[in-house]
Amino acid sequence: MSSETPFGACPVPFVDTDEILLGHGSGGKLTARLIEGLILPALRNPALDALDDQAIVSLDGEGGRLAFTTDSYVVTPIFFPGGDIGELAVNGTINDLAMGGARPRFLSLAFILEEGLPLADLTRIIESVRRAALRAEVAVVTGDTKVVGRGSGDKIFINTSGIGVVPPGIELSSRRVAPGDAVLLSGTVGDHGIAIMSRREGLELDGPIESDTAPLHELVASALRAYPDIHAMRDPTRGGVAATLVEIATRRRLGIEIDETAIPVKDTVRGACEILGLDPLLVANEGKLVAFVPEQGSEPVLGALRSHPLGQGACRIGTVTARHPGFVTVRTSIGGERILDLPYGESLPRIC
Amino acid sequence: MCLGIPGEIMAVREESGMTFGKVKFGGITREVCLSCIPDAAVGEFVLVHVGFAIAKVDRVEAARAYETLEELGLLAELSDDVPERAVHRPAPEASGPTENGPREVP
Amino acid sequence: MKYVDEYRDRGVAAGLVKRIAASVTRPWVLMEVCGGQTHSIVRYGIDRMLPAGIELVHGPGCPVCVTSLETIDRAHAIAESKDVIFTSFGDMLRVPGSQHDLLTLRSRGADVRVVYAPLDAVRIAQDNPGKKVVFFGIGFETTAPANAMAVKTAKRLGVGNFSMLVSHVLVPPAMAAILEAPGNRVQGFLGPGHVCAVMGYRDYEALAERYHVPIVITGFEPVDLLDGIHLAVRQLEAGRADVENQYVRTVVRDGNQLARDLVSEVFEVVDRKWRGIGTIAQSGYRLRDEFREHDAESVFAVEAIETSESSQCISGLILRGVKKPGDCSAFGKQCTPRSPLGATMVSAEGACAAYYQYGRYLRADERPRENDVV
Repeated sequence: MSSETPFGACPVPFVDTDEILLGHGSGGKLTARLIEGLILPALRNPALDALDDQAIVSLDGEGGRLAFTTDSYVVTPIFFPGGDIGELAVNGTINDLAMGGARPRFLSLAFILEEGLPLADLTRIIESVRRAALRAEVAVVTGDTKVVGRGSGDKIFINTSGIGVVPPGIELSSRRVAPGDAVLLSGTVGDHGIAIMSRREGLELDGPIESDTAPLHELVASALRAYPDIHAMRDPTRGGVAATLVEIATRRRLGIEIDETAIPVKDTVRGACEILGLDPLLVANEGKLVAFVPEQGSEPVLGALRSHPLGQGACRIGTVTARHPGFVTVRTSIGGERILDLPYGESLPRIC
Repeated sequence: MCLGIPGEIMAVREESGMTFGKVKFGGITREVCLSCIPDAAVGEFVLVHVGFAIAKVDRVEAARAYETLEELGLLAELSDDVPERAVHRPAPEASGPTENGPREVP
Repeated sequence: MKYVDEYRDRGVAAGLVKRIAASVTRPWVLMEVCGGQTHSIVRYGIDRMLPAGIELVHGPGCPVCVTSLETIDRAHAIAESKDVIFTSFGDMLRVPGSQHDLLTLRSRGADVRVVYAPLDAVRIAQDNPGKKVVFFGIGFETTAPANAMAVKTAKRLGVGNFSMLVSHVLVPPAMAAILEAPGNRVQGFLGPGHVCAVMGYRDYEALAERYHVPIVITGFEPVDLLDGIHLAVRQLEAGRADVENQYVRTVVRDGNQLARDLVSEVFEVVDRKWRGIGTIAQSGYRLRDEFREHDAESVFAVEAIETSESSQCISGLILRGVKKPGDCSAFGKQCTPRSPLGATMVSAEGACAAYYQYGRYLRADERPRENDVV
């Protein structure tokens, strides 16, 4: 592509350096080389290849409404069991679209790189972005790269914005959550947060505990096919399932009652939580969803979730109620009761 | 701070004159100092606090005490009339073996 | 998890609750000593499962909460010193001193690090020979063996740049202080299970006899706590005042001899000031003379500390079981985990923090009740 100049191929080899320099963010030759040598070959598609200031894409034939979201990723460490910040940045934004019932189509990808970041690391992350995008059939159509001086960032921060299309007739919103709705969870909780902690704290784990980062749009689509009138969905990331439930209860002035014994947790995650004094309900997930479904839809939705590889551990964890509006109560494993509240501290900072 | 969790000893080794072990807590294994557990052996359970084993779990006593608790639970399901429970251990006594036989101090 | 899951069994818990209800004929006030026990009670909703006559008041068993303000300020002064790596358990980071807390100091450039085990701090010292590495050695008797081992190891391996700021506190003198205080309402105790795993429970026999209070050495899981409450109530109903061991799987009367020997080799008993309570005679540990080179109080000459405590904070009364968090005018308003006025709100085991986390900051009329309807 860039070798088609009247003056012959650029004689200077791409890789002058093995780490990110300030110059890579200046918009000059180094930036061009980074984009054309590293980013473009990995993510190519017609919109991106044009390298215009904007991507103009067509949603022809899809009808429906546009879903639009943005998210930034500052997780540390950037490489962790089960994934890395690149994969997280793609799946996380896809999931925000998917929770609205959207089919994700296009992503933007913006990097803020710290001077000194090894190019090998960036290459690895871009490859993860490529694979994740391919898996989910989304295209990265526009992007940006900035570089900040050593110490002014932390290796790499990523922002992704995403566009998707919501088919007609699908209406997923917290506004629709109502008393009597079943609260469903698609699988085990705490995997992502504990995978991060294990890397940070150097915990030795028996079985591999990996981040559950995954794109959930197909899982959502399959659930909606089984029962289109699902009221709402959320992916419980920072703050875990607790944050999701408390947010819904507070915003909608409804009560939610859950049963602690119904929450699926992997043994390793439970052990780690015991040692670290963490409540699995408060630990981040990156490949799970919570669904609020009218009672009569709970069986078909559970069936659909369980038939999908990403939803095999799906179960019902509780019910929405008109009682105690604004509060989430937990029936404890011994039959007592406590109130579930938002985590107020940074029990797990920079988790996603 | 008194966070103490029971775990199973999976391996024991000596290093710089101290005894260390790999202790497993339901699927996660951590390094623990076993220097205060005499004859620490693989398969035994210890109570760990801040990376340090402070006591051995007495499996016999645990089983015995729990059996009584379980009966209590079962009986509570059947009726409201729950019989008196045997006392675990007697109040302090001068010295010598307890009524349950001589005990080894962990 | 073995020796954990079965002590969270619903059926067994229900049986114990029924048993307690069946044996109560009068109201009783019990105190659980350990912060970990308080946390468990609130987290599992145990106090709300008990019959109305049983009142649980929370004790001073939160070492973070009772570390004196002078010691905290001293720790902060050391952390701010040049070429110091200050290490501590996570709980201490946000405990407010007279001016700030360790987390704030860290954000201003102090090298403050969280460790999970005291021996890790010794390793940090070995890895950083050019720095003075200090470990904040707080805790009850439970933590003393680990701290003793760290100091002993540092001395044996010649890790001259390692020192410990010691602020150990002992339970039996604190219980005596509570029982001696005028207006004490506590009639029976759930004794500290892990402290006794180390020290045994002989020291509590004198207390039980002198003050005629039953002391049931209790574990931390919900079934343990309910079992302990059951045994305490049974004693109270019968007019007995014995030391009884509920936590038989972990505690024996003489404790862990190896651990006790290690502790007495490294530490000696001294008077100690408890935050919110005052000085209690012979209620703390300090390092023995032969370990003085590893004693941070000797290594760092810190000028006279002038402390200032929030006037609104009633931590002291809470630690003594005289008041509950809800009795404090600042609870849930000016004082929250995000902006704590005192240690009982900062520490995960402090009564105020436990109450707050589990929604108890809501006024009684705001709290969810069974029959609330929108």
